[in-house]
Amino acid sequence: MKAKDFLRWETALFVLLVLIGVVGAARTGGGFLAGQNLFYLGLDIGEIAIMALPLTLVIVAAEIDLSVASVLGLSSALIGALWNAGWALETILPLVLLVGAVCGAFNGVLVTRMGLPSLAVTIGTLALYRGLALIVLGDHAVADFPATYTRFGTTPLPGTPIPYPIALFGVLAVVFGLLLHATAFGRAVFALGANEEAARFSGIRVKRNKEILFVLSGVLSALAGIVYTFRFSSARADNGTGLELAVVAAVLLGGVSIFGGRGTIGGVILAVLVLGALRNVLILADTSTEVLTVVTGLLLLASVLAPAIIQGILNRFKRPIEGAPS
Amino acid sequence: MTGLLEWARRIRELGILLALGLVVLVTAMSNPLFVSGQSVRDLLLNTSLVALLTVGQTMVVLTRNVDLSVGSVLGLSAFLTAGIFVRHPELSIPVGLAIGVVVGAACGALNGALVAVGRVPSLVVTLGTLYVFRGLDYAWAQGKQINAGDLPDALLAMGGGRFLGVPYLVLITLVVIAVAALHLHGYRSGRELYAIGSNPEAAVLAGIAVRRRVLTAFVASGAVAGLAGTLWAARYGTVDATAGTGLELQVVSAVVVGGVAIFGGSGTVTGAALGALLLTTISSALIVLRIPAFWQQAITGALLLAAIALDRIVALRLAATLRRRSRGVSA
Repeated sequence: MKAKDFLRWETALFVLLVLIGVVGAARTGGGFLAGQNLFYLGLDIGEIAIMALPLTLVIVAAEIDLSVASVLGLSSALIGALWNAGWALETILPLVLLVGAVCGAFNGVLVTRMGLPSLAVTIGTLALYRGLALIVLGDHAVADFPATYTRFGTTPLPGTPIPYPIALFGVLAVVFGLLLHATAFGRAVFALGANEEAARFSGIRVKRNKEILFVLSGVLSALAGIVYTFRFSSARADNGTGLELAVVAAVLLGGVSIFGGRGTIGGVILAVLVLGALRNVLILADTSTEVLTVVTGLLLLASVLAPAIIQGILNRFKRPIEGAPS
Repeated sequence: MTGLLEWARRIRELGILLALGLVVLVTAMSNPLFVSGQSVRDLLLNTSLVALLTVGQTMVVLTRNVDLSVGSVLGLSAFLTAGIFVRHPELSIPVGLAIGVVVGAACGALNGALVAVGRVPSLVVTLGTLYVFRGLDYAWAQGKQINAGDLPDALLAMGGGRFLGVPYLVLITLVVIAVAALHLHGYRSGRELYAIGSNPEAAVLAGIAVRRRVLTAFVASGAVAGLAGTLWAARYGTVDATAGTGLELQVVSAVVVGGVAIFGGSGTVTGAALGALLLTTISSALIVLRIPAFWQQAITGALLLAAIALDRIVALRLAATLRRRSRGVSA
C-alpha cells in the first residue's frame, strides 16, 4: 500500500508540473517553453535542488536541518574572504567543502551525542553559521572571480542546452537516489525514521548513520554555496538568506513525511521542478517576489496538511477495528 | 521531587542574573555611561518588545511546540494598525492596541488550528506561516512606508512617553508578564500547559483538553505579537513591510536562554523575559565595547546552543538524581 501511495503522490506532482507548463505556456504566449527561459529556470533551481537531496535523507531519518542556507552563506563568505586574501581557488574550494562537512558534523554531534532535538540545534546553527559568515566577510561583496569559474552561470554544457549546475545536480541525484533506494545505508535511513528504537535493536548504528547524514547535508550545502557564488559572481555573507524554506518546502512537497520513514528522491526532484516552474511562470506573469514567498509558504502548508486530511477522509470510510488503539 | 525541580529552576534564573551582572560590570568598567539612567532606560525599552514576545512564546514552548511566525505577525499587525491610525487619527490608543491584539490572535488561531487540529508539527506550520504572513504584509504595503508624520501624536506619545520615569512600553510589558505568570502559576488552565509539555500522552489520559490548550497557547502567542506590532508602530514611528523581520530567532533564543526547556514542560515567563534582557544587554554591550555588530548573530546562535545543551545536561542530572533517590526509597 505504501508503494501505491508514493506512486499516487508522484503522479500527482507530475500532473501538476505538466499543468503548470501548459498554463504557463498559454499565459506567456509560449515564452515559458522558450529555450532561454528553461535554461534560466534550470539555473534558478540549482542550489535548492542540490541541498534538497541530502535533506531528503535527513528528513526520512526523522531529523531536520534548518542550517543549510546558512552553510551556503558561510561557504560563499569564505570563498570571498580567502580570494581577497590571495588564495588560489583550487585551494579554496576543497577547503570550503571541508568547512561544510565540519558544520554538518557539528550539527550531527550535538544531535546524536548530546541527544538534542535537531530542530533546536539547527535553529541555533542557522544563526551561528550566518553569524560566522558575517564575521568572515562583513557586509562587502567580492565579485572579481576569473571567468573560468563564473562562465558556467551563463553558458550551458558544451553541445547541450543544459546549465552546468543542473548537470551537477543530475549526477548527484542519481548518486543520492541509489544511496537511499538501493543500498543498506538507505534501508537503515528508512528504518531510523520509521522506528529508531527498533532500528537500534536490529543492529543499525543510529548515531553514526545520523552523523553521516548531517555531514552530507553540510558538504552539499557548501557545494550549493560554491554554485551560488559563481552563478551570481558575487560572494556575500547574506547569500541565500531564507533559502531553507524553499528547500524544506521542496522536500515536504515531494512527499517525504516530516515524521520520518517515508519519501523518495524521485518525488523530491519532481517537487523541486514544480516549485521552480511555478516560480518561473509567476515571474513571467510579473508577479512580485512577495507573492512568490506566500505561494511557497502555502505550498509547504498544503503539502504537510494533505496527508493528514487524506488520512482523515479515509478514516471516515473505514470501520473501526475492534480493540485497535484509536 | 518538586523541591528539586524548583531548585534547578532557581539556579537557572540566578545564573542569568549573574551573567547579566557580569556583562553590565565589564561594560561599565570600559564605559561608565553604560549604567547611566538614560542608558538603562534605553536598554529596558529595547528589551520590552522582545520580552513581550517571549511571554507568548513561552506558553507555546511549554506545550512542546514552537511559534516561528511571531516576527511576521508583529510586522503584519504593525502595518495594519499603523495604516488604520493614518486613516483614523482620532482613534483612541486602547482601541488601536485592541486591533493589534485581534489581528495577532487571528494569525495565532490559524497556526493553532493547523497544529492542534491538522496535527502538523508546529515547526513546519509556523515556518510556513512565517512566510505567508510576511508575504501578506508585503502585498498590503506595496512598498509603501508609513512615517511618523502620518501617525497621530497620541500614538507616538505613548511610544515615547513615561510614567514616573518608566517608559509606557516597559510598563505594558511588565503587566503582560505578570498576568501570564499568574495564569501559568495559579490557574488550572496554566498548569495544564506544563502537564501537556511534560508528557503529552499522560496529559491526554489525565483528561486534559490538549488540543484546546495548545490552540489557546498559539492564540496567546499571536495576540501578544499583535499587541507588540501596534507598540512597534508607536515606538519607531516608521513602519514598512519589513518590521520585525528575523525577530523570531531572538525570541526563541531568549526563551531558551531564559530556562524554558525546548522539550516542553518547564520554564517561567519571568525567566524568559530575563533571557530577553540578557540578550539585549549583550548586544548593547557589544556596541559599547566597539565589537563589530557582525558578531551579534553568531553570539546569539552560540548562546542558544549553549542554553539548549545546558538544559539537556541539567535534565539528565536531575533524572539521574531522581532515579537514585527512588532506588534509595525502595531499597
